[in-house]
Amino acid sequence: MLYLFQVLNGLGLGMIYFLISAGLTIIFGLLNFVNFAHGAFFMLGGYLCWSLTELTGNFWISLLAGPPVVAFLAWAAEVTLIRRIYRLPHTFHILVTVGIALILQETTIMIWGPIGKSIPVPDGLQGFVTLWSFTYPTYRLFLIAFTSLIGFALWYLLERTRFGGLVRAGSESSEMVALLGTNIHRLFARTFALGVGLAGLAGTLSAPIRGIHPFMGPEVLGIAFVVVVIGGMGSFTGALLGGLLVGLVQSLMSTIWPEGASLMIYGTMAAVILLRPYGLFGRA
Amino acid sequence: MLKLTDVHAYYGKSHILEGVSLSVGRGELVSLLGRNGAGKTTTLRSIVGVLRPVSGSVTFEGRELIGREIYETARAGISLVPEHRGIFSMLSVEENLSVAARPGDWTLKKIYGLFPVLYERRNNGGGALSGGEQQMLSIARGLLTNPKMLLLDEPTEGLAPVIVEDIVKVLVTIKQTGIAVLLVEQNLLICEKLADRHYVLEEGRIVYSGSAEDFARDRDNVRDRYLAV
Repeated sequence: MLYLFQVLNGLGLGMIYFLISAGLTIIFGLLNFVNFAHGAFFMLGGYLCWSLTELTGNFWISLLAGPPVVAFLAWAAEVTLIRRIYRLPHTFHILVTVGIALILQETTIMIWGPIGKSIPVPDGLQGFVTLWSFTYPTYRLFLIAFTSLIGFALWYLLERTRFGGLVRAGSESSEMVALLGTNIHRLFARTFALGVGLAGLAGTLSAPIRGIHPFMGPEVLGIAFVVVVIGGMGSFTGALLGGLLVGLVQSLMSTIWPEGASLMIYGTMAAVILLRPYGLFGRA
Repeated sequence: MLKLTDVHAYYGKSHILEGVSLSVGRGELVSLLGRNGAGKTTTLRSIVGVLRPVSGSVTFEGRELIGREIYETARAGISLVPEHRGIFSMLSVEENLSVAARPGDWTLKKIYGLFPVLYERRNNGGGALSGGEQQMLSIARGLLTNPKMLLLDEPTEGLAPVIVEDIVKVLVTIKQTGIAVLLVEQNLLICEKLADRHYVLEEGRIVYSGSAEDFARDRDNVRDRYLAV
């Protein structure tokens, strides 16, 4: 029973990791851009959730409004700053986005203070679901279901729409996509906003179970990169399986060997790299 | 329709185009010949804006193209079918086509009529196609953007003679629809068969230009002087 509990926890956590990493990997795939501010936008999603919930008293409004605000801020950052540095080497991407992350982190401390906050589990999803002798928190079940739905919607967007086709085509050759008449700047800005918006959504969804604090960005960024490395750079399926794998490892290990939970995440990554240097679904 | 005047372009410090001037009229099929490294591909890349020429002018229907974005020249009606075909290998054949499609006479249905092999392989990945099929797909994709003009960069390069014949048939059909074509090609026979006019490029300059009739007369001379390896 304990293991079932931890497997479900791991799935929920894994889906959160999937959302964050999917955003990171889509951005890397199309824009060949390394976004070290991704974790900071995740944090921002959490804080917006807190503020909007305080303001309106309704978690659902913050779920609906928060992630788009994060996506909009990302879009603004892309248009004003980030699009100017795509052509520079990755080290410059890191320099600029770490800068953005620090600005977001410090601004968060200025606005919301340095101490973490907790967000109540939304109305209607408090309490537990009981199946036979097994009980499980309702919100965590909702989390698994809702993130699965988002994952499906994302798959549909990428695989079945023209926008998604352009994103995937652009990942192979953005020059060719431009030669076919697509406004590549708009496509890049929208993709960046989408990817970062997913981090914001993940931040909103995980806030009621994990709480928020100003330093949660770097923590989750590290894990997101582990997921992307495991799954393969630029691979959507890889982000899903990598996210679930890391979520399950972390969750199960926290029962079996709590001190080694983090270690095992990186151990998993090392094992995958040894067996498949480009990740589970990566290409050379 | 398309007019290049004294275009100079560089790759880094090497001066590749040293004052190229040429023109393509409405509905014309014009060939651009020359040895490897003469600047043929660079000329095409300069037209569409992949490469920014440093001086000179490229006008299309009277409007200057230099300094405009790649997608803007594409939307103005110029479609480049690049040398290495630029197929999206992770997308299916049909996806390759549908991401390119823009409203106009050329529809997916019409494309499948002209390229039955693409219809047969519509659900295959772009990377799974043979060289000839990829070339067909690249041309088909260019047409689906409903351009006024096609720039073709060595469409028959590296293909078996049977496939080359198929491509030539397609080019004849395209010409009949009235789309202007600038054809870069090493294969002299194909150019003679298709083109209304010919240019020869050498070391970044146009060294010969003439109508199909002129060329028939000058052919051996031009070939020995500018094209023979």
